[in-house]
Amino acid sequence: MIEFEDVGHRYGERVVLSGVDLRLAERRVAFVGANGSGKSTLARMINGLVLPASGRVLVDGLDPARQGREVRRRVGFVFTNPDSQIVMPTAGEDVAFSLRRSGLSRRERAERAAEVLAEYGLAGYADHPAHQLSGGQKQLLALCAMLALDPAVLVCDEPTTLLDLRNKRRFAEMLTGLRQQVVMVTHDLDLLDGFDRVVVLDGGRVVADDEPGPALRHYRALVT
Amino acid sequence: MTAGGWYEPGSSPVHRVPAGWKFAALLALAAAVFALRSPVWLGGICAAVVLAYGVARVSLRRCAGVARSLGVLAAFVFAVQWWLLGADRALVVCLRVVTALAAANLFTITTRIDDVVAAVEGGLGPLRRFGVRPDRIGLIVGLTLQAVAALSAIAAEVREAARARGAQRSVTAFAVPFLVRTLRHADELGEALAARGEGDR
Ligand SMILES: Nc1ncnc2c1ncn2[C@@H]1O[C@H](COP(=O)(O)OP(=O)(O)O)[C@@H](O)[C@H]1O
Ligand SMILES: [Mg+2]
Repeated sequence: MIEFEDVGHRYGERVVLSGVDLRLAERRVAFVGANGSGKSTLARMINGLVLPASGRVLVDGLDPARQGREVRRRVGFVFTNPDSQIVMPTAGEDVAFSLRRSGLSRRERAERAAEVLAEYGLAGYADHPAHQLSGGQKQLLALCAMLALDPAVLVCDEPTTLLDLRNKRRFAEMLTGLRQQVVMVTHDLDLLDGFDRVVVLDGGRVVADDEPGPALRHYRALVT
Repeated sequence: MTAGGWYEPGSSPVHRVPAGWKFAALLALAAAVFALRSPVWLGGICAAVVLAYGVARVSLRRCAGVARSLGVLAAFVFAVQWWLLGADRALVVCLRVVTALAAANLFTITTRIDDVVAAVEGGLGPLRRFGVRPDRIGLIVGLTLQAVAALSAIAAEVREAARARGAQRSVTAFAVPFLVRTLRHADELGEALAARGEGDR
């Protein structure tokens, strides 16, 4: 359960979020809204990358401002640009990096990494130089690096913005099968089939919060 | 574009030597090469390193790449040394440099970074007492290699964009976007590391 209690945020003088009250318990939740409407800021609050200036956030009752470590263990985060999420030279090593505090031996970590890669369509890529993967494969690798720790929640900030149509679909399919609660920021409205709830942001406020059908009608009305 | 020497998976005898031993052998070889003065001995060691490329079954494409870059370097070193010290000394210096670099390259081609890191960590273990954090070394090595790859990719893209706008000669058309994108990359990387729990302990 992710809770936002009267959350507000500002950068300098500029108010970027205000009066956000949400209790997210659904398996598939999306944040949509125009550029600059505050989606990324709100999403980053879930794992404590941004701390709210006012109000509070709770993830399964834990406050990212005070229990950041515990929260980040529970919440995986996939960013837009795969190139800046991969920190190790090969795909296997990058996934194994996530497991560095798991208590597993080096060999067990490597084996576990290879299993996770295989599970998400990167079988045989463990020894492959990570920077030579295609954009779609890199984003799958970023996903694997998060799922290796089996988090309860997966937050994705426009994970498909830099991908072509085929890879967008593939990534969306992977997400569909996950047992994790997924919170996704996106502009790809066709990825929202099967979502339970869509939160529409505008100017830092929640302006609609509903099932995808009515929420997206509201969003479309907002932009036209 | 390749960003230096990357691991090439394989199961040859050279691949299978434990990373720590391989690293020790590399250091010993480098020391020997710089201690020896006889061109015959140096030539022999150089030939042995070339042979080791064969034993490691390094792809021909990869060998050609190494040969090309070492060839350019060797020609340059030879020319300079010849001018300064004469042909005999130039040959010795050249053989030293080529042998040591060829061996180092073979090491990176046949050894996983992860294994090198583990070996280094093991070697540094005793320093833990003095506050050295060996587990950090892995991240540093990884990030260094990542930075090389990322910066060369950014540079290539920025150069292409400048060329598309007919500004290939302009320094600012390169420097400004390069700087901006490098800083943004650093920002995003820091954020991704934080999300992966680095800095939580
Ligand atoms: N680090 C920052 N410093 C200053 N302003 C920022 C920063 N991050 C975001 N902003 C501003 O906050 C607003 C909301 O940004 P963001 O949450 O990224 O929106 P979205 O993801 O919906 O496009 C924007 O106006 C943006 O310019
Ligand atoms: Mg955003």
